[in-house]
Amino acid sequence: MTATKPKAIRRLGDVIFANLAFFAGVSILATLATVAAFLFVQSIPAFTGPEIAAAEDGFWNYVFPFVFGTVYASIIALIIATPLAIGIALYISHFANRRFAQLLGYAVDLLAAIPSVVYGLWGILVLAPFLNPTFMWLNENLGWIPFFAGQVSATGRTMLTVGIVLAIMVLPIMAALIREVFLQTPRLHEEAALALGATRWEMIKMAVLPFGRTGIISAAMLGLGRSLGETMAVAMVLSPTAVINFAVLTSSNSNTIAANIALQFPEAGGNYSNLLIATGLVLFAITMVVNMIARWIISRRAEFSGAN
Amino acid sequence: MSKRIELQKLNVYYSSFLAVEDVNMVIEPKAITAFIGPSGCGKSTLIRTLNRMHEVIPGARVEGQLLMDGEDVYGPDVDPVRVRRQVGMVFQRPNPFPTMSIKDNVLSGYKLNNSRMSKTEAEELTEKALVGANLWNEVKDRLDKPGSGLSGGQQQRLCIARAIAVEPDVILMDEPTSALDPISTAAIEDLAVELKEKFTVVIVTHNMQQASRISDMTAFFNIAGTGMPGKLIEYDRTEKIFSNPAEQQTEDYVSGRFG
Ligand SMILES: Nc1ncnc2c1ncn2[C@@H]1O[C@H](COP(=O)(O)OP(=O)(O)OP(=O)(O)O)[C@@H](O)[C@H]1O
Ligand SMILES: [Mg+2]
Repeated sequence: MTATKPKAIRRLGDVIFANLAFFAGVSILATLATVAAFLFVQSIPAFTGPEIAAAEDGFWNYVFPFVFGTVYASIIALIIATPLAIGIALYISHFANRRFAQLLGYAVDLLAAIPSVVYGLWGILVLAPFLNPTFMWLNENLGWIPFFAGQVSATGRTMLTVGIVLAIMVLPIMAALIREVFLQTPRLHEEAALALGATRWEMIKMAVLPFGRTGIISAAMLGLGRSLGETMAVAMVLSPTAVINFAVLTSSNSNTIAANIALQFPEAGGNYSNLLIATGLVLFAITMVVNMIARWIISRRAEFSGAN
Repeated sequence: MSKRIELQKLNVYYSSFLAVEDVNMVIEPKAITAFIGPSGCGKSTLIRTLNRMHEVIPGARVEGQLLMDGEDVYGPDVDPVRVRRQVGMVFQRPNPFPTMSIKDNVLSGYKLNNSRMSKTEAEELTEKALVGANLWNEVKDRLDKPGSGLSGGQQQRLCIARAIAVEPDVILMDEPTSALDPISTAAIEDLAVELKEKFTVVIVTHNMQQASRISDMTAFFNIAGTGMPGKLIEYDRTEKIFSNPAEQQTEDYVSGRFG
């Protein structure tokens, strides 16, 4: 028995649109592949060429403090930014009156438009001196917590300052994204909660936050991606040393990969520049892994997402 | 517990728009009261004033008195949250929480009042509410699956289970079967009849047969024209409304000669 499939009708508009969409999709993959290939090929001379003075103990020993610095600074930023972004988004979407919410929305969007050099300058000139007394206090009173231990930096230019600057940088995009998700909470579910006798806050816990969960994770990953790759603000605030140091208030801080590339690249000769590109490849890999983890978290509870 | 609800000179507004005007009626306990009337006459608006859900819409307000067993629901120191815990509501479109399992959906209202509950207590209550909503046999093997995976009729019965789990005094249903097939509709109608043994039941429906099949009392609302407030035209025993109404408008509406 042969079943003949009815021939689908092909419309010109559909064909054009399908092809456009296809090429848009392919071009993203192609760009990604080209960048990865570039990083990979350009990294090779760092391992085959003459020994580089900066990395005399081998590539991994060279890059590890930077990996640590990158991830550590970004995690600090995320720990600070995520609850704040959720709070701002909740306030704008569910508490503020409409006029004020709009104003606040604009202000948040404006923060996103400030270039990172400005954030860097602001971090050095304003934030660091401003925070230093707080750092002293934290060190004196909470110094038994390893994170706040050690000799407090005199300038205030510490890992925690970097984390805060990064948090402020990623806050607007995170808040804006989470706000959009919260605004899309179905009215039906909010009313279901209220009709059961939920207070406003209980309604948010029952309907809004669970519904926005994947959006919050996506926003956090976007923020993490941005802070992982952030160069200028970090390069300007930190005076780095190649160490692994969990204490966030001291003046010996590991640099981040991106800031290190920005600082070293102009003076890098020979295959030192290839070494820096190799660290860029590591950053690329970290970002990929972060995104994969995010996808996995989201898919784990997909059937409860409300999308069905 | 089942409560008597008394509406006195109730005017319901959306900002400055008077949507329902001067309603006076007594809703009897342990009975089903049906609200019928053409679209836009304010049935949903009125039923939402009974559990103070009306006021969650910005600018919405109520004038007049609403007494529940003599207690003023809109009294100055009455907390609307407390009112809603005593008056359950089922909506037109089934709305189980999509992020919760079937069991958590059933318990969601109960947990608001009682944060600590032993595992056996939770299981007993889930079973009791689901049996009460005639859903237990269909879902007992998948209590941990999401509520959004059920059929529309099952979801609506899950919403009823969620509402009765808190043992309210009153259950409000706004067109609970309008999105459902005849078989699910029959299941919910049977359920409503069982529920009136314990609760005061108020149901909004566009289905005349449904109103005459299940309700004890029927209230007919009408509207003089767009932009005009809805009014209670006639309120009586259901047999009377459908066989021998006092008002011509009611007669026209229930016999399908409307407009
Ligand atoms: N959120 C709102 N804001 C302003 N006006 C509203 C709102 N909801 C309803 N109305 C108005 O109130 C009036 C009554 O509406 P309501 O939804 O109570 O009618 P209904 O009898 O339930 O109609 P239906 O049978 O179609 O559900 C209508 O004129 C409607 O336009
Ligand atoms: Mg309605």
